Amino acid sequence: MEAIGRPEAGGNGGGYLAERGWRSWAFTLDHKRIGAMYLWTTIFFFLVGGVFALLLRLELLSPQTRYFSNHAYNVFFTLHGSMMIFLFIIPAIPSGLGNFFIPLHLGARDVAFPRLNLASYWVFVAGFLVIIGSLVAPMDTGWTFYTPYSAKSAAAVTTLSLGLFLIGLSSILTGLNFIVTIHKLRAPGMTWHRMPLFLWSMYATSIIQVIATPVVGVTFLLLAAERLLGVGFYDPAKGGDPVLFQHFFWFYSHPVVYVMILPAMGIISEVIPVFSRKPIFGYKAIAYSSLAIAFLGFLVWGHHMFTSGMSPLANAIFSFLTFFVAVPTAVKVFNWIATLYKGSITFESPMLYALTFIFLFAVGGLTGPFLGALATNVQLHDTYFVVAHFHYTMMGGTVMGFFAGLHYWFPKMTGKMLNEKVARLAWALVFVGFNVTFFTMFIAGTRGMPRRYAEYLPKFHTENVISTIGSVVLAVGILVMCWNFFQGLRKGGPAPANPWRALSLEWKAASPPDTENFHEIPIVTEWPYGYGTPKA
Amino acid sequence: MDNVLAFGAASGQAARVDAVFLLILVVGVFFFFLTQGIMIYFAVKYRRRVPGRDNETPDIHGNPMLEFLWILIPSLVVVAIFYYGWRVYTDQRTSVAGATEVHVNARQWMYEVKYPDGRTAINEIRVPAGKPVKFILSAADVLHGFYLPDFRVKMDMIPGRVTTLWVQPDRPGSYQIYCTVYCGTGHSNMLARLIVMPPGEYAEWVEHGGREGGEAEGKEPLHERGERVVKGAGCLNCHAVEGKEKIGPNFRGVYGSTVPLADGTSVKADEEYLRESIVDPGAKVVKGYPNVMPTFKTSMPPDDVRAAVEYLKTLK
Repeated sequence: MEAIGRPEAGGNGGGYLAERGWRSWAFTLDHKRIGAMYLWTTIFFFLVGGVFALLLRLELLSPQTRYFSNHAYNVFFTLHGSMMIFLFIIPAIPSGLGNFFIPLHLGARDVAFPRLNLASYWVFVAGFLVIIGSLVAPMDTGWTFYTPYSAKSAAAVTTLSLGLFLIGLSSILTGLNFIVTIHKLRAPGMTWHRMPLFLWSMYATSIIQVIATPVVGVTFLLLAAERLLGVGFYDPAKGGDPVLFQHFFWFYSHPVVYVMILPAMGIISEVIPVFSRKPIFGYKAIAYSSLAIAFLGFLVWGHHMFTSGMSPLANAIFSFLTFFVAVPTAVKVFNWIATLYKGSITFESPMLYALTFIFLFAVGGLTGPFLGALATNVQLHDTYFVVAHFHYTMMGGTVMGFFAGLHYWFPKMTGKMLNEKVARLAWALVFVGFNVTFFTMFIAGTRGMPRRYAEYLPKFHTENVISTIGSVVLAVGILVMCWNFFQGLRKGGPAPANPWRALSLEWKAASPPDTENFHEIPIVTEWPYGYGTPKA
Repeated sequence: MDNVLAFGAASGQAARVDAVFLLILVVGVFFFFLTQGIMIYFAVKYRRRVPGRDNETPDIHGNPMLEFLWILIPSLVVVAIFYYGWRVYTDQRTSVAGATEVHVNARQWMYEVKYPDGRTAINEIRVPAGKPVKFILSAADVLHGFYLPDFRVKMDMIPGRVTTLWVQPDRPGSYQIYCTVYCGTGHSNMLARLIVMPPGEYAEWVEHGGREGGEAEGKEPLHERGERVVKGAGCLNCHAVEGKEKIGPNFRGVYGSTVPLADGTSVKADEEYLRESIVDPGAKVVKGYPNVMPTFKTSMPPDDVRAAVEYLKTLK
C-alpha cells in the first residue's frame, strides 16, 4: 500500500492546493491534483469542441454552404465529434471527478496505484498532442472513421488513430486503477452495500473501460496497418470487409456510451438524496442496475448497423437485446423520482442540474425505442433524429450530470463557494438553449433530413435556423457558467467542510481536502444515505 | 395514415412503418408525462416549506413490490414494441415475386442506374407504379447510403457486397433519394430521384429507349436539351453554376477560358476540350482539383454530350 505511506506536505489552509509551482502539479502523485488536471484539460476540449459545434450551426443557417467549403464543414463535424467523445466526455467524469472523489468516497488516502495514475494522465496528454499533430491534414471522416473512406482519405488518419490509441491506453490504466482501488482501499466498515452509488457506477464504468477499450485500440492499429502497410483487413479488393470495421468499432463504441453515462448517473444518485433529505430509494436496484447496464451494453453493438446488410435474423436478435438496456435504465429513473417522495426538497444549482438530467434523459431514453425497433430504425437511421437522440442522452444526460457534479463538489475541490444566483441564471439559459437546439432536430430527422450534410434541401431551413438560435442561447449559458466558476475560484467566499449537509465521506475532509485527505482513516458504521428523520 | 409524419407516405408499406412510429410515440409521450409529471409534482409538493428548517422526512429505503412492478412493466412494454417493429421490418425485407429490378451503383458522388435491359441513367430511377421494385445496390469506392424517406426505408451501399431493398410504389410521383452514409466532400450533394410513373407512361418511356419527350426532342434547342442532360446526370452535384465552388471547377465562364492543368501546362477550353472532359475526365485534370470524376463515356450518349457542351457555352 504505497498510497498510504505517502502523504506529502501536510494541509495548511490551502489543503492539497497549498504547494505551488508547476513541478508540484506535473509530478504530483496526489489523486486530487491529477483529477483537477484532468478536469482543466477536458473542460478545455469541451469548450473547443463547442466552438466547432457553433461553427457547424453557423454554416447550417443557410441551405447552401455560405461561410465554409463542404470540406471545411466535414472537418468541423469530425473535430467536434472526436474532441467531445474522446477528449471530453469519456475522460471528464471518470478521470476528472472520479479521480478526485473515488478515494475520498472510500475513505482512502489515494488510489491504489498513484504512479500509474500520474502516468495515465501523461499518456492522455501524449495522446492529444499526437492528435493535435494530425491537424496538419485535418480529419474529414466523421468521429466513426468508417472504412474504406478512412483508409483512403488524404487526411492524417494514421496519426489521429495512433493518438486515440494512446488516449485509450490512458483510459484502460485509469479503469484498472479504480477497480483495484474500490476492491482494496475501502475504509474499515465500508462493505460493498455501504458504498455511495457513485462508486458503484464508477466500478461498472471501469469494468467496461478495461474490457472494451483494447478492442478499439486493435481496430485503430489495424486501420493504421491498412494505411501504412497496405494490409487489406477492411478492403474488399484484398479479401477484407469494410463492415468488419463497423463491428469492431461498435463493439467498443457502444459499451463506451455507458462509460459516458454511468458516472453521470452516479452523480445524480448522490445529489438527489442530499437535496431531498431522504434516503435513496432502492439502493440495491440502482447499484446492480449499473452492473446490468455494463453487462448488457456489450451485447447490443449491432443496433448501429441495422442497415449495413447484416442478416435480418442478426438484426432481430440485436434489436431484442437492445430493448433490455432500457429496463435497468428506467429502474434508476423511477428510483430517483421515488426518492423525492415526502422529501424536504431544495433547489440549489446541483439539484437543478440533477432534475434537468432526469428530464432531458427521459426524452433521450424514450426516443431510444424508435431507434431500437427495426421498422422505425430503418427509417430514422443516419438522420437528424439520431443526432437529437444522442445529444439528449449525452449532453442532456452526461453533461448535465457533469454540471451537477461540478456545482456539487466545487466547494470541496476549491474551498470556495459559488454565486448561486449566477449559477441559476446559467442553468436557465442552458436548459432553454439546449431544448431549442436539439428538439428541433427530432423534427428535422423525422422529416428525413440526413446527418453530416453541409448543404441541405430548403425544406429543412426553418428547423435549422431555430436550432442555430438555440445553440447561441446554450453557448451563452455555458459561458455564464464558466464565468461563475472563474469568479468563484477568484473571490468566492470560503466553503465550510460540508455546505450541503451530506453524509458521504468526502464531506468529512476539509474544504479543500488536505493532501492526505483524512487525518485519521474514518471508520464506517452506516450507509451514506441516512437522511430520513423517522417519526418518533 | 398519410402525411402523419409531416411528409407524404408513398406506399402502404410506409404507412405500416408510420403505425409503429405512432405506437412508440404514444407510449413514449405517456411515460414521459407520467414520470416527469410525478417528478415535478413531488418537487413542488415536497419542497422545503420553511427556509432553514427541513420538513420531517420518512426513513423509506425502498419497496420491493414497486421495484418488481417497474421492472416488469417496462419489460413487457419493450418486448411488445420490439415484436411489432420486427414484424413490420420482416415483411419489408421479404422478397416479393415479379419485382421490377433496378441496379444502382454508388460512387463519389452519384448514383449510376442500370436497368436489366441495358438502359442506363444517372441519379434518376424510373419505375412503373403498382409493381414492386427491387433495388440491387453496390458501391464502387466507399460506403454510401440509399435512403427513400417517402417509403421509410434505407440501405447501405457497400464496396465488395451487394445489398438489396424492396419498395412497393403505389402512387406516381417524384421521390427524393439521399445518400445517408458519409462519403466525403460531396456527401450532401449526392442526391437522386425515384420517379414513379403511371404504368402506361412507363411503357411508352421504355419504348422510346428510355428517353423522355419522344417527338418534342427533335424540335428542342440543343442548349436546352443540354441543360436537361447536365441536371439529369448529376453534374451540378460537383460543379456549381453560380456562387461557391463545390468539388470541381464552376461551369460559368469555363468555355473559351484558358485552363491551367495539373501537369503544369494549360489548355484552351473549346468544344473538344469540354467533350473530352466529360468522356475522359482523367486526361486533362484542372490544376488544384482532385481527379475524382468518373467517365461518362457509356452513360451519356454522344448526342447528349454535344448538347451538354452547347449548354456550357451559354454560361458566360
